[in-house]
Formats: sequence, C-alpha cells, structure tokens
Amino acid sequence: MIDKFVRSIAEAMNGIRDGSTVLMAGFGEVGAPHALLDGLIEQGATGLTIVLNAAGRAQKLGEPVQGIARLVELGRVRKVITTFLRSGSVAAEAVKAARMEAEIVPQGTLAERIRAAGAGVPAFFTPTGAGTLVAEGKEVRDYGGRPCVLELALPGDVALVEAWAADRWGNLIYRDSGRNFNPIMAMAGRLTIVQTHHVCDLGQLAANEIVTPGIFVDRVLHVAAGDPKLPR
Amino acid sequence: MSDTAQGFTPLGRTGMAARVARDIPEGWYVNLGIGIPTLVADHVPPEREVVLHSENGILGMGPAPAPHRENPWLVNASTQRVTIRPGGSYVDHASSFAIVRGGHLDLCVLGGFQVAQNGDLANWSQSAADVGRQIGGAMDLAVGAQRVWVVMEHVTKDGRPRILERCTYPLTAARCVSRIYTNLAVLDITPDGLAVVDTVAGLSFDDLQARTEATLRKA
Repeated sequence: MIDKFVRSIAEAMNGIRDGSTVLMAGFGEVGAPHALLDGLIEQGATGLTIVLNAAGRAQKLGEPVQGIARLVELGRVRKVITTFLRSGSVAAEAVKAARMEAEIVPQGTLAERIRAAGAGVPAFFTPTGAGTLVAEGKEVRDYGGRPCVLELALPGDVALVEAWAADRWGNLIYRDSGRNFNPIMAMAGRLTIVQTHHVCDLGQLAANEIVTPGIFVDRVLHVAAGDPKLPR
Repeated sequence: MSDTAQGFTPLGRTGMAARVARDIPEGWYVNLGIGIPTLVADHVPPEREVVLHSENGILGMGPAPAPHRENPWLVNASTQRVTIRPGGSYVDHASSFAIVRGGHLDLCVLGGFQVAQNGDLANWSQSAADVGRQIGGAMDLAVGAQRVWVVMEHVTKDGRPRILERCTYPLTAARCVSRIYTNLAVLDITPDGLAVVDTVAGLSFDDLQARTEATLRKA
C-alpha cells in the first residue's frame, strides 16, 4: 500500500542535506508552507540555496524575525533566487553585508525555469530580460527578430509545498490563489514535501479535479494551518 | 501648486486611472500593475466585460471584497485581498506567465519611473547599484503583452522630466511602451516620435513640451 503521509515535522524534513537547493512555494501569505519552513529552521541544514517569489518584507523594529528572514538571520542561506529583494528586509541586509548572494529573476522566468526543470527541459531562450541587467553574462540570440536570453532550468533538491487537500498517494488540490508556485515546484523537486490542510481518502479527490498527481509528491504532512494572515 | 496658478489642473491618481479606463474596450484581457494601474479596475464599468489577469494565477479578478466578505485565500499580485468574477479561473504560476509571455494579454498597464521616446521603459530600480531589487513580473509583462501602456506622473517630485530621450535608470524592457498616460497628457509612441493625443484643459503644447525632455509633436 502506498502511503506518503508522515506523522511529524521531523519525519517530513528528515535527510535534507547541507548545500541543498530548496524551492519554497507561496505568493504573499497564501499557499506558503510555513510549517515546513519552520521545520527546516529546526532541522538545521545549512549552506542552502532558497528559491522563492519574495525574500521577505522590510523588517520592523521589535517585530519577531520569522520564516525566510529567520533562516537568513541564522546564516543558513548561501544564496536566494527571487523576484523581490526588498530594501530593509533581513535578506537585503545580508546581501549588503556580503553574507549572502542574491539572484534577482523576472517572475515569469522564475516560473518557467522551475517548470522546465520539472519537465526535463535543461534550458530555454526567452525575450524577457533582453537588453536589461538580467541578461548580463548570459548568451543572447535572435529568434524571430527579437533578442532572447538563455535561461537555465532550476531544479530543487527539495520542494516545500502547501496544499488544500491531499490523499495517501500524494494527489493534491489547492485553494484559490494558493495554487501559485505549488504545482510547478512539486514537479521540480527531487524530494517534494507537502503540508496539507485537509486529508482525503483515496478516491475522494476526483480524477477530474486533481491538480498535482501524486507522482510528483514524496511526503505529505497534515497541518491544519488555518487561513492565511493578511499581509501587513 | 503653481500649475493651478498657470491655468490648468493636473489629474490626481484617480483621474489618471479613470482616463486609462476610458480607453479599454469590452472583451480585452488586461493585466494591471502595482500602484495607479491597480486603480484602473475601479473605473471600468461593471457592465463592460474586461477580464483582469493577476500574475499569481487569477483570470477574471473582481474588485475588493465588501467588509467581512474577505476571502483570505484570494489575493492579487500586490497581496491585497480581492474577489473573482463568475467565469473566473485559477492557474498555476507557469501557466499564468504563459498567458503573459505567450502574447495572450491584449493590454498591460504598468507604472513607470521613466519612459524614453523609443518606448524603452524603466520601472523597477533607480540605480544599478541598489541592493533592494524588485523586478516581480514587470519584465515579463512589458515584453509579452500585445500593448503596454504606462501611467505615471509627468515629472518627478522635484520637477525633473520622466519622459526622456533615453532612460537613465536600469531598463525593464526595450521599445515596449506604446502609450503614456500622465497627470498632464496622453502621448502615443509612434515610429515618428511622441505624439500628443490629448492634454488637460488649459495646458498648451508649449507648456507640455517644457515639462518633457523628449521632443513632442501634435497628433
């Protein structure tokens, strides 16, 4: 019997190695696997490359340092690959102090690099970023009369995903805008770990409605995380 | 302000958003960027079916929810809570940017720091040396949408022109903008340069040219 459910955060995060590339889903607070990120902080892997849409908000005085900011503050992140590095965030300060590298990527290029990794496409050309700082150091070729930039696939050693509901095969559905990066990161992770709000019996999620089939999923943890918080 | 003393009133943010909305026809698929572009949605009459796209995977996005009717699972690209209209749908992030990069959007309305007379756009960073860098989806939208309109103040807070011969800030994309909406005028970027489509009442062509580095022509 296939059963991808694990019973604890420790079991979910087991075996993540130093130096791993970790794909972290979520857009704003929605569809973000906060419990798994806390688990990664606890688990201890270091020298990580973290791939996520936004590398944290500007840190306010007296406010707890959480999530990606906490991981960076602990010195565990070698590099972030992101579309938003905000001034005043813990991540931006770490980059300024040369304690961490940052690669800033157009959001569509980020999504396509992740999708390509999951689909076995090692690289692709895109007009996005041509003639800008993003193209520096990259091969540029003309296709259809437009300059296009060579971009590489971005696979993860680990992908952290949040689902709305899951079954024991690892089939997943998402809720509303909580889908975002989750399906493509699930495809691009060599080890895909899911936290899910709800657990379903096999067959309860209809074949017509499953968004991520379980083939892309390795471990599932039930975390009744509640509604996403409003962004500040 | 001295502008009012000179016999014309610049549009406010709402006025600029309403002016853009006037030009969006029924049936278009449109992405609205962060800032003033987001306000454009409030000025498209509900009976005119314009389908709004949001980068985080929403087609058919609706207005802000009524108080106490918020759905915490539904935010737009600015992470504000929004609604979805009947007929709306959700896609993953790669499909959302396939909509953008595949040329499926009729229009994208973006904010800007600077626009050059050849349509170059700078809207994500004021210096190549900035540590804080916020590209988001702007580069994809600028390159991928069928039309890119920019809505911005005509000059900077300290009165320097934003519509230039060449952008001095890092580019978002080259030769992508087709139309500029400012608090003073609407300008088309054409193969023959910048053409003035209309201006606020009381503002002369020469007044407008004095606030614009690039050379203007009457449409």
